[in-house]
Amino acid sequence: MIDKAMGLPKLPTGIPGFDSITNGGLPEHRTTLMSGTAGSAKTVFGCQYLASGIEQAGQAGVFVTFEEPPADIRRNMLGFGWDIAAWEAAGKWAFVDVSPQLTDETVIGGEYDLGALLARMENAVNRIGAERLVMDSLGAVFTQIAQSKIVRNEMLRITTALKKLGVTSILTAERTEEFGAIARYGIEEFVTDNVVVLRNILEDEKRRRTIEILKFRGTDHQKGEYPFTIHPKGGIIVLPLSALELKQQSTDLRISSGNTVLDDMCGGGFFRDSVILVSGATGTGKTLTVTQFINGGAAQGERCLLFAFEESREQLFRNARGWGLDFRELEESGCLRVICTYPEVAGLEDHLVAMKAEIETFKPNRVAVDSLSALERVGTVKGFREFVIGLTSFIKHHEMAGLFTATTPTLLGGASVTEAHISTITDSILLLRYVEMYGVMRRGMTVLKMRGSMHDKEIREVSIDSSGMHIGAPFRNVSGILAGVPVHASEREIARLNDMFGQ
Amino acid sequence: MPTLAFELFVMGRTRQSLAAIRNLRAYFAEFPDLDYELTIVDVLEQPDRAEESRILATPTLVRLMPLPSLRIIGDLSEKEIVWQTIGLLSDDSARPGSHPNDEGSSHDR
Repeated sequence: MIDKAMGLPKLPTGIPGFDSITNGGLPEHRTTLMSGTAGSAKTVFGCQYLASGIEQAGQAGVFVTFEEPPADIRRNMLGFGWDIAAWEAAGKWAFVDVSPQLTDETVIGGEYDLGALLARMENAVNRIGAERLVMDSLGAVFTQIAQSKIVRNEMLRITTALKKLGVTSILTAERTEEFGAIARYGIEEFVTDNVVVLRNILEDEKRRRTIEILKFRGTDHQKGEYPFTIHPKGGIIVLPLSALELKQQSTDLRISSGNTVLDDMCGGGFFRDSVILVSGATGTGKTLTVTQFINGGAAQGERCLLFAFEESREQLFRNARGWGLDFRELEESGCLRVICTYPEVAGLEDHLVAMKAEIETFKPNRVAVDSLSALERVGTVKGFREFVIGLTSFIKHHEMAGLFTATTPTLLGGASVTEAHISTITDSILLLRYVEMYGVMRRGMTVLKMRGSMHDKEIREVSIDSSGMHIGAPFRNVSGILAGVPVHASEREIARLNDMFGQ
Repeated sequence: MPTLAFELFVMGRTRQSLAAIRNLRAYFAEFPDLDYELTIVDVLEQPDRAEESRILATPTLVRLMPLPSLRIIGDLSEKEIVWQTIGLLSDDSARPGSHPNDEGSSHDR
């Protein structure tokens, strides 16, 4: 891939998301330093770089290991589905084993260089016609060769030689701190023009993995940290959230919300490829809105996917039955798939990857998440925001309708963190609110926002019974509902206000 | 089978490689009766042998016999270290009979 702006070619790695944040891949025929603390997935990244090359581009790769013996790497990577031994037999993968051995006692008896290492690497590259090469990791070379000056000079010589060989390489290196020097031994200044940092940060007692392109000399890339996750079956998946483009198609096609009055309030239903946020306190009818949404889809023969993070399957099915909808039957007919998960079972990145996979497998027309705010507590504020952006754009990209619910922390009025993060991303917002009137709790609903359409501006009363949700007349004589302090106005007051403007 | 067997890994005709060969030959020349076998391997010509023996640096001298095998990295200019390591000065069977320890070392100086 030619980078038009700078004319520097890049090699697409095939690692999901990575080519997007690098604007096309790694700078071709150069060495990229991949730096990270212990456990930041450097070795996995290196192996995946070679595995993707073999699987997706038919490019052979050489793995120079200074740390783990090849037998360990073969075994550790098998879980990701990478059969290194088979690739070695097929001449697609070659190890250069420089891992420490305990057998021979070694002493230093004069001046030396790492010529043998370079000769072995060149030999391996030429033998299998490799286009990719990984050296893992530099720190382990320093433990084997005590004189760091020699290692520095030799690494420079090796990277120069690799450029001549035409291989695109990754060199991994250790850092001691997440936000300190790029790597130990001050190697970054001399070895390479390209630096990528892998982080594994502990924030609010939660682990968060990120990847950042620190520099690509002479070519552009996306700036900042991007979250990534390690999928047990496929390896690293980078989530290039901020790199997403708003290029979703837009349609005028409307779909039913499952409630005819609500459809009217929205000016004729939801847009087919829009994301709707339903916000309300506990018990205001959010899950019912979701149930109606599914019902509306099923009535049209559409496929619906429901991610439930608050209630168990049994609870959901029982509630739906209470409102006259048989989820079990819908599931059996293939129209519906309900996935119930505890938010705590995984990190947000993993949830996102799993949800995307479910969506791609089931290919629904409608996706509902009940509730999105239950996931707030799993990650950091930043992580949650990225998660919501990632999920929203994915749903819109696939031209599906998405309905998310958010629980407000207070019974009256209020806004949740979820809303603060996603209100600008969603196309429509429905507010469900309690309205206290003369000692009785009543429910109100309003369409706060409906992008690209006229909509009802009134706050209407909602009643819920065994047949579902009924949207009634607007609250004419109450103000301050959304602020959480409803004020009742008498008929006389309303008449006076009307007269005031009538004159 | 000779009592001493070595493999010397060098890379081409670099200064350090030539020095290693020269130094080693000079050490052996001090013991005319020494029964040894030396194989010089150029890693540029035989990279597979470097791979098999997992050689990282050049020059590297591997003492194959007597066991246990030992390695000396460098151009072998550190005479004391080399002699001690490869057994020319040690007390085991590899020691040349006509040159006891102290005599050998005084001879060096």
